[in-house]
Amino acid sequence: MSDFTAHVAEHLVLAFSALALAVTAGLPLGIFAAGAAAVRGAILALAGIGRTLPSLAVLMLLLPWLGVGSAPAIVALALLAIPPIVIAVDLGIRGVPAAALDAATGMGMTPVQRFARVILPFALPVSFAGLRTAATETIASATLATFVGAGGLGDEIVRGLQTDDPALLFAGAAAVAVLALGADLALGLAGRRVTTLA
Amino acid sequence: MSYLVSHPGRVAALAGGHLELVAVALAVALIFALPLGIVAARRPRLAPWVLGTLGAVYTIPSLALLAVLVQLFGLGFTPILVALAVYAQFMLARNVVAGIAGVDPAQVDAAHGLGMSPAQVLLRVEFPQALPVLIGGMRVAVIAMIAIATLGGYVGGVGLGVLIFNGLTLHQPQMIVAGSAVACALAVALDAALRLAERLVR
Repeated sequence: MSDFTAHVAEHLVLAFSALALAVTAGLPLGIFAAGAAAVRGAILALAGIGRTLPSLAVLMLLLPWLGVGSAPAIVALALLAIPPIVIAVDLGIRGVPAAALDAATGMGMTPVQRFARVILPFALPVSFAGLRTAATETIASATLATFVGAGGLGDEIVRGLQTDDPALLFAGAAAVAVLALGADLALGLAGRRVTTLA
Repeated sequence: MSYLVSHPGRVAALAGGHLELVAVALAVALIFALPLGIVAARRPRLAPWVLGTLGAVYTIPSLALLAVLVQLFGLGFTPILVALAVYAQFMLARNVVAGIAGVDPAQVDAAHGLGMSPAQVLLRVEFPQALPVLIGGMRVAVIAMIAIATLGGYVGGVGLGVLIFNGLTLHQPQMIVAGSAVACALAVALDAALRLAERLVR
């Protein structure tokens, strides 16, 4: 069972590292897209294409360049998680009512104040929904990381299939499903919390 | 990409198999999702339960569901076909419900007033108006199915995943890249085609 716990831990490390990377890249990119009308279309078009790419294919396309192991898997999973975050952040910021922005400017707020006190509270719930989508998808896709030698719960499922061990296979499958549903539920609740705080 | 250049016939055959798998799965999925969505749309209290259940199924990771289906059906075409059809249910049924909910109630009333039967109202009034939303659901479902179908190379020897998994076993990065790149291209192309179809029926 300790082997199983290790795989759960590996799975969570893969998913969390990828999400952290994706937020680090996706958040500024989304803010930039919402503000820069000239490149907004291009950024969102790229994000749209990113949303359609099969996750296994993205993991595998990086393989010849980055090799096997957890680092390339984290990079691939992060690349897959960036588009939903960028799309949601852009959507959230552009959903801020123009009247609120005008009022903030009229009150003499600096651009930084305007961002922190007006844009952020309005944009946070939608952006958070993007994070929720990215998190559930990343936890699910991390199962495929086993094929690039990155471990995680995919190892349990694959070993269960190869050794014809249904117990192992079901345990791995159930664990991934529970993690994905748990993250979805937890971020859904946190999102509501964020909304009321903001 | 060199594998693509040296074995175009093999890549094309597997891409064809990939598309065939997705097309058959979409047809099978619609047989269940259309009636399910119509029933859910007619009973607003039932709809959240139907969509909630399908949504929960949708969160089960594909490799996990596929592993369970292999236990039931053995290796081959069947488990991957069933997996695709099961995943598509949520996106298809959700959009059937949304499409019917978006129909102008005044038009439905007018159609009833003209003496149309419920079936005529569904086919002549509701279906044409719901079609763009339904195609939108089909687009999202097809994109997801193209992605999950890559695992057909692992459990069934079908589709572009065959190149990916054979490439992994044989240590042939060119095969892996060819299979992955063509799968990406299929997804992007079908997304564009179905977006166009969505706009044409609007």
